[in-house]
Amino acid sequence: MATEKKTTATKAASRGAKKASDTAQELSFTAEQERLAYKEMLLIRRFEEKAGQMYGMGLIGGFCHLYIGQEAVVVGMQMAIDEGDQVITSYRDHGHMIACGMDPKGVMAELTGRRSGLSKGKGGSMHMFSREKKFFGGHGIVAAQVPLGTGLAFSNMYRDTDRVCLTYFGEGATNQGQVYESFNMASLWKLPVIYIIENNRYAMGTAVTRASAKAEELFNRGSVYGIPGEQVDGMDIRAVKRAGDKAVAHCRAGKGPMILEMMTYRYRGHSMSDPAKYRSKEEVQKMRQEHDPIEQVRQRILDAGSETEDSLKDMDKEIRAVVAEAAEFAQSDPEPDASELWTDILVEA
Amino acid sequence: MPVQILMPALSPTMEEGTLAKWLVKEGDVVTSGDVIAEIETDKATMEVEAVDEGKVGRIVVAEGTEGVKVNALIAVLLADGEDNSAIDAAMTTPAAPPELAPPVEPAPVASEPKADAVLSTTTGPVTSEAPEDLEVPEGTEFTSITMREALRDAMAEEMRSDDTVFVMGEEVAQYQGAYKVTQGLLDEFGGRRVIDTPITEHGFAGVGVGAAFGGLRPIVEFMTFNFAMQAMDHIINSAAKTLYMSGGQMGCPIVFRGPNGAASRVGAQHSQDYSAWFSHIPGLKVVAPYSAADAKGLLKAAIRDPNPVIFLENEILYGQSFEVPVLEDWVVPIGKAKVVRAGSDVTIVSFSHGMFYALAAADILAEEGISAEVIDLRTLRPMDTATIISSVQKTNRLVTVEEGWSECGVGAEIAARMMSDAFDHLDAPVLRVSGKSVPMPYAANLEKLALPTANDVVQAAKAVCYTG
Repeated sequence: MATEKKTTATKAASRGAKKASDTAQELSFTAEQERLAYKEMLLIRRFEEKAGQMYGMGLIGGFCHLYIGQEAVVVGMQMAIDEGDQVITSYRDHGHMIACGMDPKGVMAELTGRRSGLSKGKGGSMHMFSREKKFFGGHGIVAAQVPLGTGLAFSNMYRDTDRVCLTYFGEGATNQGQVYESFNMASLWKLPVIYIIENNRYAMGTAVTRASAKAEELFNRGSVYGIPGEQVDGMDIRAVKRAGDKAVAHCRAGKGPMILEMMTYRYRGHSMSDPAKYRSKEEVQKMRQEHDPIEQVRQRILDAGSETEDSLKDMDKEIRAVVAEAAEFAQSDPEPDASELWTDILVEA
Repeated sequence: MPVQILMPALSPTMEEGTLAKWLVKEGDVVTSGDVIAEIETDKATMEVEAVDEGKVGRIVVAEGTEGVKVNALIAVLLADGEDNSAIDAAMTTPAAPPELAPPVEPAPVASEPKADAVLSTTTGPVTSEAPEDLEVPEGTEFTSITMREALRDAMAEEMRSDDTVFVMGEEVAQYQGAYKVTQGLLDEFGGRRVIDTPITEHGFAGVGVGAAFGGLRPIVEFMTFNFAMQAMDHIINSAAKTLYMSGGQMGCPIVFRGPNGAASRVGAQHSQDYSAWFSHIPGLKVVAPYSAADAKGLLKAAIRDPNPVIFLENEILYGQSFEVPVLEDWVVPIGKAKVVRAGSDVTIVSFSHGMFYALAAADILAEEGISAEVIDLRTLRPMDTATIISSVQKTNRLVTVEEGWSECGVGAEIAARMMSDAFDHLDAPVLRVSGKSVPMPYAANLEKLALPTANDVVQAAKAVCYTG
């Protein structure tokens, strides 16, 4: 599986106009970028591990979809955009919110359904938003965020700004009709939207090859609409950042939408209640050992000597403290007041 | 026998039109397929082709004539060998409009309960005047415009005053609107703000909601609300619920508008009233006006509203003219019903095209000595229950009228509210008049049977007055 992925990623990279664009030089991160990438990805990983644990303790209810394994995608893309650019995604959204700079305490308190949660406890795991951080959710219906993100991009064009909208969805969502309705309009109107397919290989419990025709080239799903697409090694944050830079430049230049297919992998089940029997333990293990996005950065940092084992340990400690504080907060914060049942149904004019 | 050329119906709801231009003159020989005239409907100018061959014997309706009824004789065509003497015969033989089987008696509504408590004031016709209109300042001038124009003017006025307002939908721009409601908007506001979409309701409804999240104020036109079924997920899951799910952060100021309810002879998939469907949803406001004045004022209010508003229009009303106040900024508040006719014996509540039956029934009832108070709900959600209750406190009797199905319908909701909030004021059970619970049939007689009639309303009103 891992080798197969590497081959397709390389093949995809060579498909572009500039051949062999992933040379070591082009992919290289500065020490500061490596540090940032490591820290951000680790925060998401530790946060999600804690969320999983709290779910097991019955502190988080309902559906809870963890992002563990996919961290490089959102962190790499965040490194490619600027302030004011928008982000919208599906229900597997905790990582996106943290990467957008939303307070882990607010995210965790929403997971536990408390009053200081980002949606006052009324949204839950799948429904959080931040106008301030330009994060537009958190959507629970598969692919619904695709037209919505296209609409956000429309608002950018209407206002004549050069902002772009990052619209994330899983490879399972690529089979939804509304995705193609969106592709059509985005291309027709040259909207500044980057469609990011997070291909983690399984739509709930169904392998991508069992549900998608031409599963090996989902990046090509926009080709009939004239939307360029690229397949990217989504486990390598440098490749994500490089593809993101290119797509952002494409959008900002007024050339319309672009599709990035991020080849990634989720280590956990679809949601907390999914035992993930549809794949082998070995497959997961192999991915973790050979392609873990965080481990890759860690190794490079140590090789370059910009940090030591000890300084990285300190960093981990700091992050664990942030997550512990969020978890503590999410348990001590009171539930919403009963009166909140009747608020926020309509904006009072 | 000469061929009679009749005024054609060029749309499902066309009743009359203007004979704009003759392209032939008396004496011309035509063959089938030749364009002989141009006819203006309220939506478009259409060409009329000859169906038969012959010589134009007489042009009966001169070009430029307005208000020519569908099926009126407009010209006579002479066949080979016929001369002018045949024309007079053709003129005197009445044109044969395709009136089918004799009209079927409307199905009687439930006439229960019949009881001994007979209304005391049942002698002689009663008179009624419209109650004083407190919404319009005294001395305001009125002008007669169609529903279609009122809606267009509302959009244009709001677009002039707020650059974030734009219209999107199928054929709203270059074609000037499938029902011509957006006529002229492209010319005034340009392609940036009047946007033709592909025929993809699910997608463009979502794009509209996303644009609203992005700070714009979209008006999304559905060619008819039947097609909004494709977009239901975005209307409900994305537009209506997000404010709540975001703890109040993510308002969605958007208007979904278009014709709703029964049109005419278009069959089950294009003739359905969605009033009750949308009224069920917390997070939506639902507006369904009857008069052009209300439509204009309410549409302006809807566009300014920070919430998603479902604005249900009615195709049959588009071409009808109403008195609309001439005011700089005529806005009707959402959520207020209006007593459009004062009365004392029975309250009739309706909305949208249902008002047509309600008002006609009130006239008939007045002739028979029953004074009906007629309330136009105008907004279905939030529903102005207080106005209904205060009327029921006076009349003690209530009939609801809607074109949609009765099960879990708007009338059912009103009846339930009266049970809980006005029970002691009711002297009879609330009766509902509604469309019959069948998919809309195509056949003219069956379609008629499926819809409510003024007579249904009269029967129901008499039943609650125990005079049936």
